[in-house]
Amino acid sequence: MSSAVLAWRQFRFERRMFWRNPSAAFFNFALPLLFLVLIASAFGADRKELNVLVPGLAGLAVMATTFTALAFNLTFLREQGILKRIYGTPMPTGSYFTGVIGNAVANAVVQVALVVVIGHVAYHVSWPRDWGALILFTLLGVTCFGALGVAFSHAIPNFDAAPAYTNAVFLPAIFISGVFYDANNLPAVLSGIAEALPLKHVIDGLSGGLVTGQGVSHHLTALGVILAWTAVGLFFAIAKFRWE
Amino acid sequence: MQANAKGAQLAIVHAVNGSAIEVEDLRKSYGDHEAVRGVSFAVERGEVFGLLGPNGAGKTTTVEILEGYRKRSGGRVSVLGLDPERRDRTLRERVGIVLQSSGIYPRATVREAVEHFSAMYPHPRDPAETIAVVGLEEKRDAYARDLSGGQLRRLDLALALVGDPELIFLDEPTTGFDPAARRTAWGAITALKELGKTIVLTTHYLDEAQSLADRVAIIKDGVFVAEGSPGELAPSRFRYTVSYQRNGDRVEHVTDDPTTLLHELTGDALARGERLEGLHVGRPTLEDVYFELTAEDAE
Repeated sequence: MSSAVLAWRQFRFERRMFWRNPSAAFFNFALPLLFLVLIASAFGADRKELNVLVPGLAGLAVMATTFTALAFNLTFLREQGILKRIYGTPMPTGSYFTGVIGNAVANAVVQVALVVVIGHVAYHVSWPRDWGALILFTLLGVTCFGALGVAFSHAIPNFDAAPAYTNAVFLPAIFISGVFYDANNLPAVLSGIAEALPLKHVIDGLSGGLVTGQGVSHHLTALGVILAWTAVGLFFAIAKFRWE
Repeated sequence: MQANAKGAQLAIVHAVNGSAIEVEDLRKSYGDHEAVRGVSFAVERGEVFGLLGPNGAGKTTTVEILEGYRKRSGGRVSVLGLDPERRDRTLRERVGIVLQSSGIYPRATVREAVEHFSAMYPHPRDPAETIAVVGLEEKRDAYARDLSGGQLRRLDLALALVGDPELIFLDEPTTGFDPAARRTAWGAITALKELGKTIVLTTHYLDEAQSLADRVAIIKDGVFVAEGSPGELAPSRFRYTVSYQRNGDRVEHVTDDPTTLLHELTGDALARGERLEGLHVGRPTLEDVYFELTAEDAE
């Protein structure tokens, strides 16, 4: 079979496996939506807060479904010897990873769509102002965090350590990057760190598409930072890759 | 372009006529440690080749170089006429691998896993038939994570066989099996041999090598210390034991020439009008050879 058909088969296989794993389904789907419902309800969020929260949670969803999920999954696949088994078959490397990473991308896209739709239907946030910016920054975020997730999996010694390692990055990142509140109100040191990391810029870009209607031209710095991290992620994802 | 075509043609001729595996002066170092130190051997088509050795002897390193998992430090290796280091897809389509331990998606059923892997190969076996061959029909709708250790091993075998490979690597395929499961697995391996498959088998079980392998090599400290058929390997280097009862004591002789010794013993006994009670001639087993060759030097 051609590489493209094998990639498609691997993607469908990964989707089926994903839905059979309740905890993965919970962390990828339920968690960002739970945050949205809880925070919006608990603080009776006003329009201004919701306009921060919705793009913030869309960014959180992108990072959770790609960075966290791929770092987890690759550590698992490597530790279980599944990668090693695949390496001994004729499955082309590109097809296999297209399937595995495609699964994460599908989760990210569905998740962003859910946040947007629920934000609109339940909390009356307006529909996206700039679809182009929304789609572009979703794809950039997915690529960047996907590459970083694969790269980060090489630093995780074993699967037992995976939750600690990923959360040590994920939790601080979401707190300083303006998921729950405007990152501009943070102390200078923290906002400085957030400026250097990609999540805040993904959220800014998504905010441009969802809330302010500012297109890509307003987010050139964001674009640069995201692309730089993508390059770093891709380099380490490929250079440090281990099958076992 | 022409040179390439000619090269490809030569490779095909070689692949058809040559040995399944040819290894010349294979070397592998990890830092300062030389795990494989100049190993040469050939495996003929249709042959079952057994590789024996204690842990850390270089057994798995050698096999993983042949499988394409590791790069060699030196020497020449040809597997079905191709260099495994290059990991050609065409080579992987013709080779089946059962690793010592490798996982499978825990929430895939047996049938899903075998069907998924079958799609990777150009001329796969029928997945349902492959599942039947390894005896997992009753478990075909069970998740991999709900299988027992022995059942997982059989799923490993099914995944290695579903591509209908010419050459099969089996790394300790029956470790952890109960005796009945081992007999079944041996039957399956013998059936593969009858289909003309070439099999490279590494094992800790000497009886397994003795019953399955046409030829055995014993590896220790990265070099082959013995090579031959299980039958010829033993007598050529090792001694027979001849024992019998005399006045209530067990008398034991060790010899490399049991015919002459028996002739003398029976001649003497007949001359004295005695019988050699409880006469027993012990043929050296592969196990004796193995332990003698792999034992640490006592001195």
